[in-house]
Amino acid sequence: MWTLFHKFGSPKWFFGIAGRLMPWLLALGLGLLVAGLVWGLAFAPKDYLQGNSYRIIFIHVPSAFLAQSVYLMMAVAAVVTLVWRMKLADLFVQAVAPVGAVLTFLALFTGAVWGKPTWGTWWIWDARLTSMLILLFLYFGAIVLGSAISDEKASARAVAVLILVGVVNIPIIKYSVEWWNTLHQPATFKLTEKPSMPPEMWVPLLLSVLGLYLWFGWLACYRMQTEILRRERRTRWVRELVRAEGH
Amino acid sequence: MTSNAPRAVLADHNVSVGRAMWAVVRRDLRSSFRQRQDLLNPLLFFFMVVTLFPLGVSPEVSFLQQAGTGILWVAALLSTLLSLDHLYRHDFDDGTLEQMVLQPHPLFLLVLAKSLAHWLLTGLPLVILAPVLGIMLHLEGNSIAVLCLTLLIGTPVLSLIGAIGAALTLGLRAGGVLLSLLIIPLYIPVLIFGTGTVAAATEGAAVEGYLALMAAFLVLALTLAPFAGAAALRISLSNS
Repeated sequence: MWTLFHKFGSPKWFFGIAGRLMPWLLALGLGLLVAGLVWGLAFAPKDYLQGNSYRIIFIHVPSAFLAQSVYLMMAVAAVVTLVWRMKLADLFVQAVAPVGAVLTFLALFTGAVWGKPTWGTWWIWDARLTSMLILLFLYFGAIVLGSAISDEKASARAVAVLILVGVVNIPIIKYSVEWWNTLHQPATFKLTEKPSMPPEMWVPLLLSVLGLYLWFGWLACYRMQTEILRRERRTRWVRELVRAEGH
Repeated sequence: MTSNAPRAVLADHNVSVGRAMWAVVRRDLRSSFRQRQDLLNPLLFFFMVVTLFPLGVSPEVSFLQQAGTGILWVAALLSTLLSLDHLYRHDFDDGTLEQMVLQPHPLFLLVLAKSLAHWLLTGLPLVILAPVLGIMLHLEGNSIAVLCLTLLIGTPVLSLIGAIGAALTLGLRAGGVLLSLLIIPLYIPVLIFGTGTVAAATEGAAVEGYLALMAAFLVLALTLAPFAGAAALRISLSNS
């Protein structure tokens, strides 16, 4: 068990596995994403109330979905960093924090673009918008703290503490702003209920959500590989790898 | 008794946890009273920020009555943030903090004691000063009473959460600004419920539910924040 554990924790091992997984993740992810987006943007039926403007949902919902789950994934990785001090968990947090921030921004931006024709305003201080904005702040906090501490180990563990504190706060923030002010419609997908949209709308949406997840998986692997190469640039296996590439 | 006595208490292995915590609180209070400027600065800041709003936005009574509680809460939040940098800074610089980590008692209890001292030195004075500013902002008597109550429950939460941020940014350059960036998002629920309670009271609604929620925040912060603070402190000290 422990040998397996060490194996999973080794950046070198991960580098190889990631390299084998990445083409699949990229191909499947991009395929699903393109299929979902083309279907959603060009072929799905118009909304009877909102016309074509609702189509931004095919970008808005996947990015909002992922923005939140990336933070949760980071929280899991933060626990692993603090408890087992696994290098990979720390690599993951560092690699995906900016991605999460960009996705959160994308969700907010597409939301604003969508809000203009539907609600008649770019921005309102609504519960969901505000809690996404705060999520963006939490991402910024993690990124800024990580780059402020120069020592790699200390930085990883400090960021992990911050992320965990944030994760305890996310439900509190969410409910407090929801109680405070709300206009946004409830969640699009619920595990327990059938979606209220017709299948021609939710199937492409589901495809683009899945596609974005897979694509995120690819991006996370890519960024982690890059960081591994940077951190382990003095080790023998990286040098041999670089020599084998023949540049 | 000299100021070294509390420190001697900390170094003694046979001291009970309660006495050790009390020694930390007393030491912080004493060293702050010897540097009164640190004590006064957040209060002056609180006063001045509140003054900016009537001057910058509008001195109309109707505006001030509507926005007054929000202004007071935001100002209290900012001056707490401003004072957080001092929570560990002096002890960190002269090495006392490392000694505290080394002593035999659980670190989170000492973090709790430090947070309590911080609240006594900044939160409590803010609560006491708030009614005066409330009158200057034309708030009604009932609103002022509820405002003070919310500040009384809310400012300890601010100190407790802030202690985590202060520990994380210890020994970093530009720690002060960074601290604000990390902590402000976490302060938002307290702010929302703090001002929400007073708004409900002004409208004549029952405030018990809101106060109970704020008290729940306080209990949650009291039980969880010291652990995070202690973990952060260990990380920062191992790094320096």
